[in-house]
Amino acid sequence: MSPRRIPAATDAVERRETPLTITVDGEPVDGIEGQSIAGVLLASGRRAWRTGRSGAPRGVFCGIGACFDCLVTVGPERDVRACRRRARDGDEVRTQARGEER
Amino acid sequence: MTRHVVVVGAGPAGLAAADAALGAGARVTLVDEAEQPGGQYHRMLPEAYAAARPERLHHGWRAFDARRRRVLAHPRCVWWSETAVWALERPDPAEPGPPRVHVLRGPSDGGGRDRHVLHPDALVLAVGAHDRVLPFPGWELPGVFTAGAAQALAKGERVVVGDQVVVAGSGPFLLPVAASLIEAGSRVREVLEASTPATLARGWGRRPWELAAQAGKAAELAEYSALLARHRVPYRTGRTVIEARGDGCVEEVVTARLRADWSVVQGSERTVAVDAVCVSHGFSPQLELPLAAGCALRATPAGEFVEVDGDQRTTCPDVYAAGEITGIAGAPAARVEGALAGWLAAGGDRNTVAVRRLRSSRDQGRAFAARLARAHPIGAGWSGWLRPETVVCRCEETDYATVCRAATDESTSAPRAAKLATRAGLGPCQARMCGPTVAEIGARLRGPGVDSRDIAGLPAPGDDDHTIAGLPPASEHRRPIARPIRLGDLAATPETTATTPETTATSPSNSLTEESSS
Repeated sequence: MSPRRIPAATDAVERRETPLTITVDGEPVDGIEGQSIAGVLLASGRRAWRTGRSGAPRGVFCGIGACFDCLVTVGPERDVRACRRRARDGDEVRTQARGEER
Repeated sequence: MTRHVVVVGAGPAGLAAADAALGAGARVTLVDEAEQPGGQYHRMLPEAYAAARPERLHHGWRAFDARRRRVLAHPRCVWWSETAVWALERPDPAEPGPPRVHVLRGPSDGGGRDRHVLHPDALVLAVGAHDRVLPFPGWELPGVFTAGAAQALAKGERVVVGDQVVVAGSGPFLLPVAASLIEAGSRVREVLEASTPATLARGWGRRPWELAAQAGKAAELAEYSALLARHRVPYRTGRTVIEARGDGCVEEVVTARLRADWSVVQGSERTVAVDAVCVSHGFSPQLELPLAAGCALRATPAGEFVEVDGDQRTTCPDVYAAGEITGIAGAPAARVEGALAGWLAAGGDRNTVAVRRLRSSRDQGRAFAARLARAHPIGAGWSGWLRPETVVCRCEETDYATVCRAATDESTSAPRAAKLATRAGLGPCQARMCGPTVAEIGARLRGPGVDSRDIAGLPAPGDDDHTIAGLPPASEHRRPIARPIRLGDLAATPETTATTPETTATSPSNSLTEESSS
């Protein structure tokens, strides 16, 4: 098993879910309104979506914007911290590879 | 004239500062990078979740909620959410006063954010801290999270990082993190506190009356311990995670028994199957803004913090500091420091009974911080976990052997030269993760007799080896651009939010790219 979102039906905080869909490298991924892009990716079972200089996989590490391990490209903007950016329905997210940076 | 107080950070300290400054009659601009106030401690659920029972995830929700509503609804308060302070610009020496505050408003790391410049009469910095994590083989594997990440995801988004989780490191923060994971449905295999029972007893056992002053904290910890016991989660002391292994993501961790200095007891290793591991070895205060303002730091065994006087004043005129940047002491202490800082920054009477009470409560908070540091010191033997090829700088994948080589070679041992020779600290996070580690390894290998200021890359008295003419002293926290900013936004003309007759925006005198920090 892997990271997941607590289902709203059993969540002690009694919350609502408004679905949204983003694409990740063209592939649709479902999430809910209010989630960060990192949260959407993690809850969809992805633990890694970026590669470091050596090509090694990376995902969320610090979760609060300090480590920059979770960087993604959102629409035309590269180097967006996925843990800090709220997902919006229709966001086109592309994964990044550190080795390709200029 | 009504004073204008800018408060940076809306966690427990910042929110209390704003509340007190409003109470003292000031106009307040409260800025935070998040969409809602609360900081990491009261990390709130997104509004879209429309949670009916948010209080189930919070301690002291009622008081927090009341304060949050009071501050945000106050006619003299301007609340700027999703606002990043990317530079503080020191005033001309002929023109006394606090720095100008350069902010960007809009989604994190987005292009086209609005640029503004604030001109406060006083500035309260309450920007907090993030997890410090010591490196170990495999810590860069996906599935290894900081404890703060697990907490933020569970509390702030209702996402749980794994099903079989080990929580390890040092400090009482491990307990709420384990509690959050359990509440969210993970199986926490064990919670590992690296400090040995003797160290814990020495730190917490002396002067128990000081703990009574932090009764809220003690009750909170007792509650977490009871939860762990109810779920049969072992809490082990003197043991930690020394390695994470897996093919592409973490599949198992190796734990080991530690001596008081955190060196590994050979033969005590155990392997635990996990799909996530959460680690935290204390906290790093976020010192970019205090350093940008020119505040002096104070070295402690637990690291460097902003130097403040009995009134929470920094060494910079009209700049106050509160919360974790002045010492790690938890939310109750942060609230008290914030209240004191906000009241005095607003020009409130220094000699009222309420202020005296706040000062004494703040002193109790400082005593608590000292005990916390004594009970959870990072043992010098931790580097025994490392192998030559272990990644130390996550961004640049600089390994331990390279860092050691640079530190022991005379031509590359000074902090700036070491950075250039190894690239450690030059990647996207700009040493936020590896800075304290690289500084510590360097200081140790350069040998005894090195002034403690060397650890931070600050010059020792009479030693100008490390200061290059024209450059401020090297420090792992000195980042001229405190937050990432897109060049297009930098080029845009800021909207000056004038609070003084002056309306002309000036460019910051700092250099313009984050990569140039040293």
